[in-house]
Amino acid sequence: MNIFDFTIRRVLYFLPVILLVNLLTFFLFFVLNPPDMMAKKILGDKNVTPEAIEKWKKDHSYHLPRVFNSEENGFSKITQTIFVQKSARLLKFDFGKSDRNNLDIGKEIRHRMVPSLTITVPMLFLSLIVCISTALIVAFYRGTYVDLWALVLCVFMMSVSMLFYIIGGQFIFGKLLKLFPISGYESGIYSWKFVFLPVLVGVISGIGASVRFYRTIFLEEINKDYIRTARSKGLSERVILFKHCLKNAMIPLLTNIVMSIPFLFMGSFLLEIFFGIPGLGNFTIEAIDAQDFAIVRSMVFLGSLLYIVGLILTDISYTLVDPRIRFK
Amino acid sequence: MFLLTAKTWSESIQYNYPLQNAIAAVVFLAITYFAYNSVKDERGRDIWRYIFRRKLAAISFFVLCFFVLVGIADSFKWRDPLLDDTGNVSTDLRGKIIYQNGALSILDRLCTGIRTNNEKTYSAPFSDHQFTKDLVQNRNGESVWHQEKLNYPGRHILGTDVVGRDVLYICLKGIRTGLIIGGFTTMISIPIALVLGVIAGYFGRWPDVSIQFIYSTVGSVPFILIAAAYILIQGASIFNLCLIMGITGWTSLCRLLRGETLKTRELDYVQGAIALGASRIRILFRHIVPNIFHLVLITSVLGFSHLVLAEAVLSYLKIGVGQSTFSWGNMINQANLELAREPIVWWNLLGAFIFMMALVLPVNLFGDTLRDALDPKMRGQK
Repeated sequence: MNIFDFTIRRVLYFLPVILLVNLLTFFLFFVLNPPDMMAKKILGDKNVTPEAIEKWKKDHSYHLPRVFNSEENGFSKITQTIFVQKSARLLKFDFGKSDRNNLDIGKEIRHRMVPSLTITVPMLFLSLIVCISTALIVAFYRGTYVDLWALVLCVFMMSVSMLFYIIGGQFIFGKLLKLFPISGYESGIYSWKFVFLPVLVGVISGIGASVRFYRTIFLEEINKDYIRTARSKGLSERVILFKHCLKNAMIPLLTNIVMSIPFLFMGSFLLEIFFGIPGLGNFTIEAIDAQDFAIVRSMVFLGSLLYIVGLILTDISYTLVDPRIRFK
Repeated sequence: MFLLTAKTWSESIQYNYPLQNAIAAVVFLAITYFAYNSVKDERGRDIWRYIFRRKLAAISFFVLCFFVLVGIADSFKWRDPLLDDTGNVSTDLRGKIIYQNGALSILDRLCTGIRTNNEKTYSAPFSDHQFTKDLVQNRNGESVWHQEKLNYPGRHILGTDVVGRDVLYICLKGIRTGLIIGGFTTMISIPIALVLGVIAGYFGRWPDVSIQFIYSTVGSVPFILIAAAYILIQGASIFNLCLIMGITGWTSLCRLLRGETLKTRELDYVQGAIALGASRIRILFRHIVPNIFHLVLITSVLGFSHLVLAEAVLSYLKIGVGQSTFSWGNMINQANLELAREPIVWWNLLGAFIFMMALVLPVNLFGDTLRDALDPKMRGQK
């Protein structure tokens, strides 16, 4: 089987998963939370007349029955329903309009992807460089006090909430040292000074968990036979670690990295909120604050889709990098 | 529908103190039973010995014990009768005793000192005057800015918050929230993961296919969004937060257990049991579940710290435990505004930081040592 067939098969395997996610979001957003409740939340809980609710539902086409419309004829018995009009439409990337401001959600998502990516892409590369090199150094000194204390430091860094990193970073670099603006965003070439601090904070907050994870992978690799062979050939420990071990450890590392690529589009919720970056994470949180279910619904669907894309990419990259694993 | 009734459930639990006490008692007894069971046989004692030989793990264990004790003391609560001016118990017309509105827990009763020493507003740790200046009239009738003396000078170890409550007390109250979030969520997600994972791995064929299908679906939905949607619909409360984190958080453990069951199923001793004519159920409960259970323990301890951290983030985004609940996430949320003040109010943040750190760090350290102790492969390496 070649790579093309393999990809098609994986996509077909995950297609029902996407359909099920769609059903799940339908259940969550329309059965647990009927349109009447949505209308009440948007229009304000008190002093809302039944007529106003009906009007709002009609304006946003939530007035249709959920899954079966007995008033229509023929095929539109099925299509003129909330399920098809609101939920199933997501499957063809038709996100519709938002509940509150009648924004075109699809357009908004395309616009806001760019600021998200300007944060997440540098963050991914920088954290890979920093964490892998730190982990290699820690693995080089395995069994010594350097290793022990590096691990304790990692656990310490893992135990601090992301919130503290952000607040601390803003306070030290933004308020005390005044090196960077505390929050805000500007598109174009000047965006770097707004991007620098979120990226820095994002990288630092991830160091603890990543270094530990990478170290475990390197240590697993270092106990294998080919390393012993390399050592008996008289190669220096440095060459063994940085050439032989690193190359082979790339396989498990790659799975981890490829999996995170689709999520770069979603951005980081916390970083975007604190630093006021108008990306997708910020968009979602604003929607949550405003109780705009149309946007939250679209983002749930988009997030699941990206996760599944990540899984498929991981499978493919695995088979491409490691010749021992064949397409099956 | 379970999910539909969850809202009314959480509301009925909130003020049903006997039920809360009963739940707390069950949890307490379960912990005691589990602890007793773990020292009963030689293997269990061996694991404990391994843990206590490591200084960091031993210290972590005692810190965690302290936290659990505080959490349990904060869980048993009852209402006091309302006293009238003369100090007698007041009764209604039929002679029934009238109770005060809020219930006080054992912890509240132990900490009466820091619970009741309220100030008017912010004060720094160990300070003897108020943090903010008030406009008051001096003897000559002029209005001057004046820092008022505190009611309890030098008694607030971590200062006081915006309404003058002692920050140390709020931090202590946050312990129970953190433990409930970690513990209750784990209690929801572990059984789902264990049952589904073992069934998928052991029986194979269509149960395997359908369970894999379910966990890929649930696992693919971004957690923070589904939690946000659910909390928006059902309202913010500890119960709802645990429920949604529990129902969505079992997938990775389930995948792990399925894989491990597949491996264990093919091992010699299981084949031997089959050859001896043991039934499937017996093999499952005698041979497979005990041999993968260490994974459940390790995952739940390490997952616990993730949950405590997640609670803070979700509470910060206002989709967590609700504003009225004492929680470290809410404290951080408040502190973010306080850092924008000039001069800054830093002790609220410091309190939340210390207490979160003091819970999460020992859990991580203890979990690591537990993993080494339970996993024979790791033991050989070190």
